[in-house]
Amino acid sequence: MAETLLFNALREAIDEEMGRDDTVFVLGEDVGVYGGSYKVTKDLYEKYGELRVLDTPIAENSFTGMAVGAAMTGLRPIIEGMNMGFLLLAFNQIANNAGMLRYTSGGNYKIPMVIRGPGGVGRQLGAEHSQRLEAYFQAVPGLKIVACSTPYNAKGLLKAAIRDDNPVLFFEHVLLYNLKEDLPNHEYVVPLDKAEIVRPGKDVTILTYSRMRHHVTQAVKGLEKKGIDPEVIDLISLKPLDFDTIGASIKKTHRVIIVEECMKTGGIGAEIIASINDRYFDELDAPVVRLSSQDIPTPYNGKLETLTIVQPKQIEAAVENMVALKV
Amino acid sequence: MVQERTLPQFQAPAAPISTDQGLVLYEDMILGRYFEDKCAEMYYRGKMFGFVHLYNGQEAVSSGVIRSLRSDDYVCSTYRDHVHALSAGVPAKNVMAELFGKETGCSRGRGGSMHLFSSEHNLLGGFAFIGEGIPVALGAAFQSRYRKDALGDPSADQVTACFFGDGTTNNGQFFECLNMAALWKLPILFVVENNKWAIGMAHERATSQPEIYKKASVFGLPGVEVDGMDVMAVRAVAQEAVARARAGEGPTLIEALTYRFRGHSLADPDELRSKAEKEAWLARDPIKRFESYLLEHSLTDEGALKEVRDRIQTRIDDALTFAEDSPEPNPDDLYKYIFAEG
Ligand SMILES: Cc1ncc(C[n+]2csc(CCOP(=O)(O)OP(=O)(O)O)c2C)c(N)n1
Ligand SMILES: [Mg+2]
Repeated sequence: MAETLLFNALREAIDEEMGRDDTVFVLGEDVGVYGGSYKVTKDLYEKYGELRVLDTPIAENSFTGMAVGAAMTGLRPIIEGMNMGFLLLAFNQIANNAGMLRYTSGGNYKIPMVIRGPGGVGRQLGAEHSQRLEAYFQAVPGLKIVACSTPYNAKGLLKAAIRDDNPVLFFEHVLLYNLKEDLPNHEYVVPLDKAEIVRPGKDVTILTYSRMRHHVTQAVKGLEKKGIDPEVIDLISLKPLDFDTIGASIKKTHRVIIVEECMKTGGIGAEIIASINDRYFDELDAPVVRLSSQDIPTPYNGKLETLTIVQPKQIEAAVENMVALKV
Repeated sequence: MVQERTLPQFQAPAAPISTDQGLVLYEDMILGRYFEDKCAEMYYRGKMFGFVHLYNGQEAVSSGVIRSLRSDDYVCSTYRDHVHALSAGVPAKNVMAELFGKETGCSRGRGGSMHLFSSEHNLLGGFAFIGEGIPVALGAAFQSRYRKDALGDPSADQVTACFFGDGTTNNGQFFECLNMAALWKLPILFVVENNKWAIGMAHERATSQPEIYKKASVFGLPGVEVDGMDVMAVRAVAQEAVARARAGEGPTLIEALTYRFRGHSLADPDELRSKAEKEAWLARDPIKRFESYLLEHSLTDEGALKEVRDRIQTRIDDALTFAEDSPEPNPDDLYKYIFAEG
């Protein structure tokens, strides 16, 4: 066991997969000589050379399209978005080409590529660098969307994403890169399509992902003291959603709270509520509650920014409320 | 009518082409022309739907470039892609079946006219959005270089030919990809089919420098203009560009001056282009011109050319029968091909 920072866990995943399969390569802005803006590709340039750790010009739409072409012809590109928000410039290539091309080509081509990088709301980075993109991308057919949240799952999930034959949008969170955890010395891969039960419980199901998992964990400490026993599930896969795990939990607790960093309108939570209505309406003892960030551009001011994102106290209160109304 | 650009002169070498090669090019151009004529007929008879962009008049570009490639090279096209697909070797019956939305279509009826694909023939697509095919083609070219230089595979000398129109050269992806291709010396041909119009937008009204081939120089790659109505001239510049790319010397920008004989798509009333302009270009029909060339140089005779035309007519008729008789996709397969399994 070795204590590993999250960004190093990602680096290990990339290094291991590049060593294992020589069609795997990384491309993006400052991924090579500079080692990546969050050092996820540090020293890989020296190890694998300039073609396998390719420093690109600042041309998001074209280098994303280029990765699609490379994937169609048998390579396995990993795009690093210097900040995932910059990939809005590549929306067309991600949606029309990466996402839809396998279908429109009637199965002629597969697109094994990973698009990864720092996302989410950081600390006073301003609106454009504090995006909540998962809501924008979730409707794109053919994309898998994954959010990692711990060094352990970051490493195992990234390895799985690289091995997957489909385009995977892989969200890291700017504020989680320095999380530490003891990682196994042996190789492991974490499946992309399985939600993680962070804490089993019986009173209420809390569905969350990415950084909000840690806000939920904090809230749970307070709830435990009050004798409340919530089940916490980290969704991991935002698309497709793991309804086996979600459904089993609802059948046990009959109450659901969703805690997400993305915006409320058209967000991941909105999609989950609609799907729960379709599938598990009869299992519910209460309407599903959703704690989302505010529908505004992320403000720069620290206090306003805090108000924009769901905080542990709000989670605690919402769970208490729901349990108190228990019939 | 805007002043026409002076067409570049092409001096054909003394013994330029064999009879066999000449007939291959002729057959390819006839195939493209007859196929598109049949599409127009079928569209107006309500047999095919959507936006259908025909290639009539531009055949010398597709045949001259793609027939200068090897079968393991890559071709990337736009929404005006039927003839590029045919030149790349996708059988006419599978292209026709695609336009009919049938399961036997090259994209299994899921793509349609603007989304033709064939991994078997290294046809990368059929891209319906302006410019988006250029980076994808760049990726295929990068892949060749990667296999050769990062993986040490000497057989990875495949070249990619990427086609797009004059209007598309005002899009950023064009410039971004010229930059990266030159920067990394990628084996790619950027083939601009300058047919003077982007739907209703005349080229001169859309660009500050209408001579597109000149835009190559600032990125440090060769740019050549060529008479796109002369298959021999197109072939000559393509062969040189392919040789350069294959030798690891990098990309070339080819601007082929050409013209579409029909409207932008079959839905376009084609009211903006003047009669004089159309007639001037119709008189330069690349197929008639190549016929004269072949006959003047005694490479073949009228009988042999007719034999080609008859054979292609039969192939088109067969393609039509095949498309009509083919089954539609199974509704149970609605969700098939969203994700790759396994
Ligand atoms: C991104 C995008 N914008 C607009 C269109 C609509 N459109 C289709 S073809 C076309 C004109 C393209 O002209 P050009 O590049 O010269 O090619 P041509 O049609 O002449 O072959 C336009 C504007 C599109 N398909 N994609
Ligand atoms: Mg045009």
